[in-house]
Amino acid sequence: MRVAAFLVAAFCACIQAGEIPLAERRSGYEFMGRETRAMQDDDTTNPALFALQDGEALWNRRDREQSCASCHGDATASMKGVAARYPAIVGGKPINLEQRINACRLEHQHAPAFAYESKELLALTAYVGRQSRGMPIAIEANDATRPHIEAGRALYERREGQLNLACSQCHDDNWGKLLAGSPIPQGHATGYPIYRLEWQGMGSLERRVRNCMIGVRAEPYAYGSLEYVQLELYLMWRARGMKLETPAVRP
Amino acid sequence: MTTRRRFLALACGTLAAGELRAQLDPNIQAKRKAALEAAISKVVGDAPVRAGKVKLDVPPLIDNGNTVPISVTVDSPMSAASHVKAIHLFTEKNPQPYVITAHLGPRAGRATVSTRARIADTGRVIAIAELSDGTYWSDTVSVVVTLSACLEDGLI
Amino acid sequence: MARVAVTVPASAKRGEIIEIKTLAQHVMETGFRRTQTGELLPRDIITEFVCRYNGVEVFRVELHQAVAANPLIAFTTLATESGTLEFTWSGDNGYLANYKAEIKVV
Repeated sequence: MRVAAFLVAAFCACIQAGEIPLAERRSGYEFMGRETRAMQDDDTTNPALFALQDGEALWNRRDREQSCASCHGDATASMKGVAARYPAIVGGKPINLEQRINACRLEHQHAPAFAYESKELLALTAYVGRQSRGMPIAIEANDATRPHIEAGRALYERREGQLNLACSQCHDDNWGKLLAGSPIPQGHATGYPIYRLEWQGMGSLERRVRNCMIGVRAEPYAYGSLEYVQLELYLMWRARGMKLETPAVRP
Repeated sequence: MTTRRRFLALACGTLAAGELRAQLDPNIQAKRKAALEAAISKVVGDAPVRAGKVKLDVPPLIDNGNTVPISVTVDSPMSAASHVKAIHLFTEKNPQPYVITAHLGPRAGRATVSTRARIADTGRVIAIAELSDGTYWSDTVSVVVTLSACLEDGLI
Repeated sequence: MARVAVTVPASAKRGEIIEIKTLAQHVMETGFRRTQTGELLPRDIITEFVCRYNGVEVFRVELHQAVAANPLIAFTTLATESGTLEFTWSGDNGYLANYKAEIKVV
C-alpha cells in the first residue's frame, strides 16, 4: 500500500504546473464540428482511406528481396499496438515510426528509404498506425525515455519565432478559446498521420508542427531531426492513455 | 541606370497588366455576384425560384473551407409524374459560382445528393432543384468561413 | 492508378431505395492556386460522374473546381433488378476511372 502511494507520488511528480490535468485532456476530435467528426468515423468515406489502401499495397510489395509482409506477415496481427508505443528509444536515441520503417527498408529489405512526407511513407505509417486504432497511447517515462521527454518538453515550452510564442501558451494555457475564429485544440498527437482538410491530403505530425512553427515565424526544424522526434516523444507521452485515432481527420 | 522610380513604375505596370489585375480588382465582389446571378439565370431562365421543398444541409460554422460536407435533399415523391430532374449547387463568394449539378430521375428513389465542397469566404450557399413540372425551388444557407479555400496558399 | 472506393450493398429487395457512397482519389486542382514564385497551377479536376444500372444512366453529376479534393458523391437509387452497377468518372487530362458492382435484387 505504501509502495503504491510512493509510486503514485513519484508519477505525479512528473506533471508540472501549466500542464493540462490528465482527466481534462481532450482529443482534437472533440474540437471539430459534427460533420468533420463524421468524416473520421465513417471508414467508407474517410478521405484517408486511399492512403490506407496504398499502405496495404506497399506492405505487400516486394521492392528488392522482401516485402514488409515477408517478415511481419499479416499487419493486422503483427502491427497491433506498435504505433501506440512510438517514438521508441533505439541505441539511446528516440526514433519515430517513419524512421523505424525506413530503417527496416535499409537494413532488412535493402531498399532505399522513402523521403519524409512522400506518398509512400505516409501511406505506410497510416497503415501501420491504423492497426493500433482505438488502443491507448503507451509511452511511459523510464530511464531511457525520461531525458528525451524532458528535452521535448523544453522545446514545447520554449518561446520561438518572431511572434515569440511557445506551444504551451496556446495549447496548455489557452485551449478551447478562439484564434482567428477557430478553436484552439490541446495539441495531442492522437491521430497521426492525419488527413488535414487544409492540406486536402495526408501529412505527418512533423508537417503539422512545421505549420505551427511557420505560423509563429520560427525556422522549422528539418524533417527527422532530433528536436522533432524529442518533441514527438513528449507529445505522445503527454497524450499517454488517450486513444490512438490514426488516421484522423482534422481541419 | 534604372532609377528606383522607374523600376517601381515598371513593376506596377507588369502587375497591372497580368492576370493579377483580376485578383486585385476592387470590383471583385460585384463581379462574383454577377457571375452567380448569370449562372442561376442560365439554369432557370426567366422562371421564378421559390424557397421551399429543398433542404440544404451545410454546417453554419465551417471547420475548414477546403472541405465542407454538403447534403441536399428535396421533398418529392420521385414518381414518373412528379420528380426532381436536377439539383444545382452554387456558392456566392467563390472564384466561380458552380459546385455541382446532379441529374437524376424517378429511378433515384429519393432526391438527394451529398458531396464535399470548397468554400472561399463567408457567404451564402444556394441549392436549386429543377422539378419535372418545370418549377424551381431553392434553399439558401449562410455560412461562416474562417479558414478559406482557393484564396489562400495552402502549399506549406 | 485511378483509385476509387465505392460502398454499395450486394443485395436488396425489389423497390428498396439503396444508398451508394463513392470516393475518388483526385487532387481536384482548381486552377486558382499559384506556386511560391507566382505561376498559376493549371486546372485538373474530375468533371463528370455517371452511374449506370444495367447500362441505363440513373444518376449523373457535373463537377466543378469547388468540389473538394478526393471527391465524395453519395446518392440513392431504386433496386429495380439484379445486375451490374457501373460507376464512371471522367475529367481533365484524359482522367478516367471505372468501377463495377454486382447487385442481387430479390
